[in-house]
Amino acid sequence: MAKKIIKNSFEANLSRLEEISALLESNNLKLEDAISLFEEGIALSRICVNTLKDAELKVTELKKKLEDISLPDDEESED
Amino acid sequence: MFTMQEILTVSELTSQIKFVLEEGFSAVIVEGEISNFKAHVSGHWYFNLKDANAVISCTMWKGLNNYVFFTPQDGMKVHASGRITVYPPRGNYQLDVRSLKPAGIGDLQAAFEKLKQKLAAEGLFDIEHKRTIPEFPKKIGIITAIDGAALKDMISVAKRRFPLIELIIIPTKVQGSGAAEDIVDSIRTLNRHPELDFIILGRGGGSIEDLWAFNEEIVARAIYNSKYPIITGIGHEIDFTIADFVADLRAPTPSAAMEIATPDKDEYFAFINDFIYNSYQDIMNLIGNFQNRIYKSIDSYGFKIPIDLIRRNAQSLDNQIYRLTQNMDKIILRNNNRLTLISNKIEAHDINKPLKKGFVLVKQNSNYVQRVENFNLDKAAQLTFFDGAIEVEVKN
Repeated sequence: MAKKIIKNSFEANLSRLEEISALLESNNLKLEDAISLFEEGIALSRICVNTLKDAELKVTELKKKLEDISLPDDEESED
Repeated sequence: MFTMQEILTVSELTSQIKFVLEEGFSAVIVEGEISNFKAHVSGHWYFNLKDANAVISCTMWKGLNNYVFFTPQDGMKVHASGRITVYPPRGNYQLDVRSLKPAGIGDLQAAFEKLKQKLAAEGLFDIEHKRTIPEFPKKIGIITAIDGAALKDMISVAKRRFPLIELIIIPTKVQGSGAAEDIVDSIRTLNRHPELDFIILGRGGGSIEDLWAFNEEIVARAIYNSKYPIITGIGHEIDFTIADFVADLRAPTPSAAMEIATPDKDEYFAFINDFIYNSYQDIMNLIGNFQNRIYKSIDSYGFKIPIDLIRRNAQSLDNQIYRLTQNMDKIILRNNNRLTLISNKIEAHDINKPLKKGFVLVKQNSNYVQRVENFNLDKAAQLTFFDGAIEVEVKN
């Protein structure tokens, strides 16, 4: 199970982590399952932390098409 | 310029006046008091603007007066912007009004209240219409001035809190004439974007006039009709605009809007740290529990049963061995008795008894001689008595 971590979204990884956390807390797991969940959780943690650390804000400027600007009044653009 | 010598027809003159006036006053803003206001059934408005010494007639066409959110009343002081047009058949000029705003703050407040009540009555502020803002945005549309401090603030908040997102900025006029129209246009443009999570409509602080675009009815309706939820962050904490009331979520400032819109990455770091610590504890507890169970099992009654079994069997083994040896003794005893019996019998046949009576055993060449015919007269013989043996030679 722990090997199945693909490039999920941050959101998906985080909610899986929350799920694992709840499962581990429930304390009625088989030991092998608990350990494989723990391993998966640690791997997911690493992915989440790296995703956030490496993230760089993307800023895109959207240009309006000229014909989109409906009203003139451009003579008053002193502000 | 015109010379006295030139003779013009009325039409030529009027046409030149028209050219001069319409060229020279193609864009003016006039402050005046409204009088003789008439809203024609066609939808056009006709009124005069006047002050103490002059009056000018005005028209405002249907398509344009849609954008005026208040109903003008006689006596209201307004700013009318538009251009001068000349109507040659009547030889008069008028102000073709393109936008109309109350002149004073009192008028603005009145207009604001009026529009607020109107839109509230229409249900534009209803809570049921307000949509939730997704917790994990990926793309946020931003409507603001490209060179404003508001944009810089929003970008730095987004960088600090949750840099996983993309901000799609649409440079927009957020102040002055045409701002409302530009905001509406930006909302519509962003609504055509395929995958936004929501839109932030932001503008830094300013006077009530500076923020006026956000009190325009067209902006309110565009926000209401937006396919994507809209968060407003306009002016300062104390500023409330019509846009704020219609918006799905209102933040006091542009940077506060970005704060509300984005999750905080530090919270996730904390969550992940907690997860690692807690899940390690959980695992150790689990292992501890299993250990306890093992120890308990070893100590349990169940585990003692085999030992008892062994002991019980050992005991019965001992019993068996005891009984076996008992039997053996009996057998031995019985056989001993038989042996005695037999040995008595054998004793009865003892050779010494006849010897005691006087019989003698004769041996020649180490064989007993039992018949006369077997006796060799030429050889020596041994005679065995009860009390000893002698060697004899036969003398013939």
